[in-house]
Amino acid sequence: MKNNVIVLNLICCWFIICVGCKKNDKEEPQIPIKFVVPSNFPQPVYNFSNNAVSNAGFDLGHHLFYENALSIDNSTNCGSCHQQFAAFANLEHPVSHGVNNCFGTRNATPLFNLVWQPNFMWDGGVHHIELSALNAFVNPCEMANSLDNIVKTLNNKPPYLKLFKNAFGSEEINSQRIFLALTQFMGMMVSANSKYDKYSRKEKNGEFTNHELAGYALFKQKCNTCHTEPLFTDNSFRSNGLDEFPSDAGREIITLASADFGTFRVPSLRNIALTSPYMHNGRFSTLAHVLSHYNTGVKNHVNLDTKLKQNGVLGIPLSALEQQQIISFLNTLTDNEFVHDPKFAELPPL
Amino acid sequence: MKSISKFKALAYAMVIITLASCKKNNNEEPVTTRLGKVNIEFEHKVGNQNLVLNTGTYTNANGDDFKVTSFKYRIANLTFNKADGNNVTIPESYLLIDAADQKTTLQTIENVPTGDYVSMEFLIGVDSLRNFAGAQTGALDPAKGMYWNWNTGYIFVMFEGTSSKSTQVDKKLFFHIGGAKAPNNTIRKVTLPFPAGGLRIRTNSQPQIHLMVDAASLFSGSANINFATTSGLHGGPNAITIANNYAMGMFKLDHIHN
Repeated sequence: MKNNVIVLNLICCWFIICVGCKKNDKEEPQIPIKFVVPSNFPQPVYNFSNNAVSNAGFDLGHHLFYENALSIDNSTNCGSCHQQFAAFANLEHPVSHGVNNCFGTRNATPLFNLVWQPNFMWDGGVHHIELSALNAFVNPCEMANSLDNIVKTLNNKPPYLKLFKNAFGSEEINSQRIFLALTQFMGMMVSANSKYDKYSRKEKNGEFTNHELAGYALFKQKCNTCHTEPLFTDNSFRSNGLDEFPSDAGREIITLASADFGTFRVPSLRNIALTSPYMHNGRFSTLAHVLSHYNTGVKNHVNLDTKLKQNGVLGIPLSALEQQQIISFLNTLTDNEFVHDPKFAELPPL
Repeated sequence: MKSISKFKALAYAMVIITLASCKKNNNEEPVTTRLGKVNIEFEHKVGNQNLVLNTGTYTNANGDDFKVTSFKYRIANLTFNKADGNNVTIPESYLLIDAADQKTTLQTIENVPTGDYVSMEFLIGVDSLRNFAGAQTGALDPAKGMYWNWNTGYIFVMFEGTSSKSTQVDKKLFFHIGGAKAPNNTIRKVTLPFPAGGLRIRTNSQPQIHLMVDAASLFSGSANINFATTSGLHGGPNAITIANNYAMGMFKLDHIHN
């Protein structure tokens, strides 16, 4: 009995000591932001191991993403060409306007599931997510700015000094911190709640119609080699025969290998119903045009992917019904939760 | 008796947990090594002549005339070797040298363990690991230039100039050498043996290594470069030839002041 009292007292003292020794962290009112790998996804290429996601880092990245001051004339931000409602592609723009209404040469890619991508851009020239924003900053037809000038401009905006301090512990602004914060924001853009995902995970609202099921079966038979589940890309570079003589050398610009002439990244098909127009130069405005291309439009380009020339037949023969069924399936890849997630929504200027 | 031993076990457990929870979170201090400094001076030449940017006129091994408007390069992973085979690589030794910027042509290397060294090694370029490691700072900050944004990676050596033989606009010469991936990997390692007496690093002195850096080394060595046929390039297979050239003759150790 006496022993029990001593034990109880000891436990109480111990508890008080341990609590007293605990670090005096400020209470965070926000729910800590966390990167989670969806259960039907593989492990990511980029896992934030050297850039741990924090609320403050994500918040800074969020402000930077929508910051016009990143462009040389204060006119353009990342969200100008990467719109949330279009899964962060640029709706109805085959190519986008940069500063001074200068047009780029390739279709703005959607932004999601970037941490699963081994490289970036249509030609894969950028090999690291942290550096993926640099092109847009400095390209004369995008933001036309320089890193030095961006650092200077942000230093003259007092709210940013506080945001950098919250995120990185001091008010210092440098290109590395800008890239790391943007990576926290963009890396957290995970799209994994489409009807297809719910079907895969056997969750509520994941029931396919017969039309969608037929489309899925066709997809697995005819499209999955390149647009591989669950990310709907195998991250390869291929020619799908858009032109017999392409005007854009594509991946060859990066590798200088003639076998890469006219090849481009296989894009993910997630959210594809939201990201028109399609292809590296945005030449097709609807999915029906795209399916029709694969059925009858494939040209015999020198580097045409061999999958698109089986037994001497160009393209992927598909009946009208099959094309409709595949489009029905592609519509199940739309993730409405992602494109309406307020965490990624446009912010007013600081 | 039994309850007492239980009580003891519990008490021990609590003490251990309490101590663990109270432990300060300081990193363990490593065993202290005595450290010194060394200066490295980079003196720029074109063959045997001094490099005078913009106005100096030179001739390459192929007999082509040229002027130099810009000469910059990166050095990484500076390593000092001892006679017994031991060596020390200076952490974060990434240097960006610009012949036009005197702030970069005399570099102080800190935290070199004291001792006597017989040679030094370094990479011309940026090691592959760091080249593919994402956003960097310091000498590797892309804001400092010598960086390709469209085909991500550091430019290792940048030579710009003019030649009457050039086929480029305004007779320009531009050789932007980089690439860390096979088959066009241009990272090159240089080893420079020290003269007799070696390099003596002490806590109370600051020796100086004097290097001669030859801008003309890009154009001869493994193969002579003919400006009429090769006057501008960024990366790719031709960059390999240039890298093979400068790996042979870009750096010469002139002398050391201990």
